Amino acid sequence: MQPWADEIHRELTHAGVRVVGYVPDAGHKRLIELCHADKSMRTVVLTTEEEGIGLAAGAWLGGARSVLLMQSSGVGNVVNVLGLLKTCGFPLTMIVTMRGEPGEFNSWQVPMGEGTQAVFETMGVQVSRASTAADVAPLVAAALKSGGGQAVLISQKVIGIKSFQEQTNQ
Amino acid sequence: MKATLRRRDVVKKLLSDRRNLLVVAGLGSTTWDITAAGDHPLGFPTWGAMGQAAMMGLGLALAQPKRRVLVITGDGEMLMGLGSLATIGVQQPKNLTVVVIDNERYGETGMQATHTARGVDLAKVAKACGFRNSKVVTKSVPLRDLVHKTAGPNFLQIKVVAEKLPLVLPPQDGVLLKDRFRRALLGKSDA
Repeated sequence: MQPWADEIHRELTHAGVRVVGYVPDAGHKRLIELCHADKSMRTVVLTTEEEGIGLAAGAWLGGARSVLLMQSSGVGNVVNVLGLLKTCGFPLTMIVTMRGEPGEFNSWQVPMGEGTQAVFETMGVQVSRASTAADVAPLVAAALKSGGGQAVLISQKVIGIKSFQEQTNQ
Repeated sequence: MKATLRRRDVVKKLLSDRRNLLVVAGLGSTTWDITAAGDHPLGFPTWGAMGQAAMMGLGLALAQPKRRVLVITGDGEMLMGLGSLATIGVQQPKNLTVVVIDNERYGETGMQATHTARGVDLAKVAKACGFRNSKVVTKSVPLRDLVHKTAGPNFLQIKVVAEKLPLVLPPQDGVLLKDRFRRALLGKSDA
């Protein structure tokens, strides 16, 4: 179970989030289920994280607040279009589950995991890191209150998936 | 078959008597086209974020289900976001129409051929992704009902002459474009 996911969902509800874009991810499994079950939220499954930035921009033009859920490997897929958040001042909170941190079981995840924060910051996104489960909800709440691009990185330690087998069994 | 439709005529016709229509334009020529038809606060002409015009249209359509939303973009821009056709097909927004003004060229970079010049059929891709209505348009036909009434998602691939036209530029200030759109639609620009 991921009790911190329920806390994020409460913060999204509190902030009036109506559109939730996501690329499926084991770390976000619980939160995705909660958002799907919530009739006040429209979930949009994406083929690539990049689509979530366009989706959020359009939703905001139409008066709806959205969030983007993804894994750190997806951060590389959004780099150019993150410019949209900065150029136009679109608010968007991105909630990112980390891969490639100490304990990672797949070495191919390491380069993007190591680069995640720097990539965001290079593109003008403000980054906060949740290293414990208790940090997650307050950081998400703070991000939702701020303007522009905001990313909350959830440490792999918080997610606690340590092998392919565990991921498959999720 | 050689295209005969002219892009500025097509876009002007799509936007004539536009009423409450919400419009997103893909970067490059289609941004100039919607501006040539008349700069309007309920249009969002993009200068970047290539590949995202259709997704912006989806976000807008989901946020404003009672309004009609029209995306006007180019073939090169659409090809960069091909996956978004699948995403839109899954969401089935009834109020969204995506129009690709297809000159089979990258118009801003030297008129190099796009995949549509080599036979890639975007209308068939949209159909296969679940768009309710999708077709290639090669001559002047009435399109008003499709944009303003027909339950979507709808997709039109309109073949046009490859031509370099005088640039008609909208404001470039992204904050201004966003804020004026939200003021016109929502009566406010802030949260």
